Amino acid sequence: MSGVRVLVGTRKGAFVLTADGTRADWDVSGPHFAGWEIYHVKGSPADPARLFASQSSSWFGQLIQRSDDGGATWQPVGNEFRYDGVPGTHQWYDGTPHPWEFARVWHLEPSLTDPDTVYAGVEDAGLFRSVDGGQQWQELSGLRRHDSGSAWQPGAGGMCLHTILQDPSRPERMFVAISAAGAFRTDDAGTTWRPVNRGLQSNGIPDADAEVGHCVHRIAMHPARPDVLFMQKHWDVLRSDDAGESWHEVSGNLPTDFGFPIDVHAHEPDTVYVVPIKSDSEHYPPDGRLRVYRSRTGGDEWEALTTGLPQRNCYVNVLRDAMAVDSLDSCGVYFGTTGGQVYASANAGDSWAPIVRDLPPVLSVEVQTLP
Amino acid sequence: MIRVVLPAHLRTLARVDGEVQLDVAGPATQREVLDALEADFPMLRGTMRDHVTQQRRAFVRFFACEQDLSNEPPDAPLPAAVALGAEPFVVVGAMAGG
Repeated sequence: MSGVRVLVGTRKGAFVLTADGTRADWDVSGPHFAGWEIYHVKGSPADPARLFASQSSSWFGQLIQRSDDGGATWQPVGNEFRYDGVPGTHQWYDGTPHPWEFARVWHLEPSLTDPDTVYAGVEDAGLFRSVDGGQQWQELSGLRRHDSGSAWQPGAGGMCLHTILQDPSRPERMFVAISAAGAFRTDDAGTTWRPVNRGLQSNGIPDADAEVGHCVHRIAMHPARPDVLFMQKHWDVLRSDDAGESWHEVSGNLPTDFGFPIDVHAHEPDTVYVVPIKSDSEHYPPDGRLRVYRSRTGGDEWEALTTGLPQRNCYVNVLRDAMAVDSLDSCGVYFGTTGGQVYASANAGDSWAPIVRDLPPVLSVEVQTLP
Repeated sequence: MIRVVLPAHLRTLARVDGEVQLDVAGPATQREVLDALEADFPMLRGTMRDHVTQQRRAFVRFFACEQDLSNEPPDAPLPAAVALGAEPFVVVGAMAGG
């Protein structure tokens, strides 16, 4: 019988939640790497038993862990993320040049086809690749060396590369997103990159429609329609129908268009999910009501999904990497909160229930659909 | 034989219990001890000092013989009691909340 494995990264360890295809009864394993920050855990699409985890702490730095048995056991692999050449500088918060310094791995994106290849998005913003299962990492420095690189500035959470999307129909094409530089695309497997931010409007930067400088929080793609992208920006939900060449706002009737995660239904490319969050600085659900919003029209028209979610006194956040979907029928949707809850819907968002309620603050949620 | 005490998280990572005992070929210095430690336990590379600069990570401290040796030059001789194995070289994760 098919099943799902939910990979949860938290401030104090990783957890693996498993269930059969009914998604009714859950087994909770963890904490793995207790006491460490686990920014992200993700499985290889090419070999679902292979998982990669980003483990870090302020004391002992960055580690990468790999499991080859679905998370039962783990081995530390390579943790040397050395920028290519002399890294140079980017802009600091006060506008002064600041040397590129590696801080941590925010996001791990295993290759769609090769279980030994995995990409890492890091702070300070850079993209690394390993082709030997995480043992050694090489920077794809064409991104950081883009002409605009010296002008990139960090967002409040650091200057992080947090989103990596691979185009399944064009292996040479990838998208990344950086806070607060924006979205970038390569069409030559990471050698060269260009910004793809036309149409973005950000009032928090001097030139609202600048080529770079936008605080993109997340981008999502449906694998069957890779030229259509959905973006949750610091403010605004946007859509591109031409692989990022241009964007238009689809915030529509959302109660607030601020938020972090965005994801797409596994079987309906025009069904999109966001979690509106009150901002600036509050960063909790409007009115203390935790609501996922779903559009079945590719944006603009949104409906609140509330069944099973707290509708009073709820002041948690949902971070950018903390939402995922499975590919069962019907599509399962999952998200984790800074309050330590992981909610699941086995019916595309119509109703929700917590899998767990009291984990450490959740940083990331990924889902594997198992045969 | 040089004795090294690791903090709990690094013992877990290195999969060791209790003290680590090292054969250090060269003079007993901070650098030689850390080089030997990382050679025996490669998973510890980058956790105590930076891969590139070899600078001690800010929240890692080195104690021995009731002294804080954290800011000593990496090639300075360690106390004789450490070199002789009478006292351990202690790697500490600085106390901090969170």
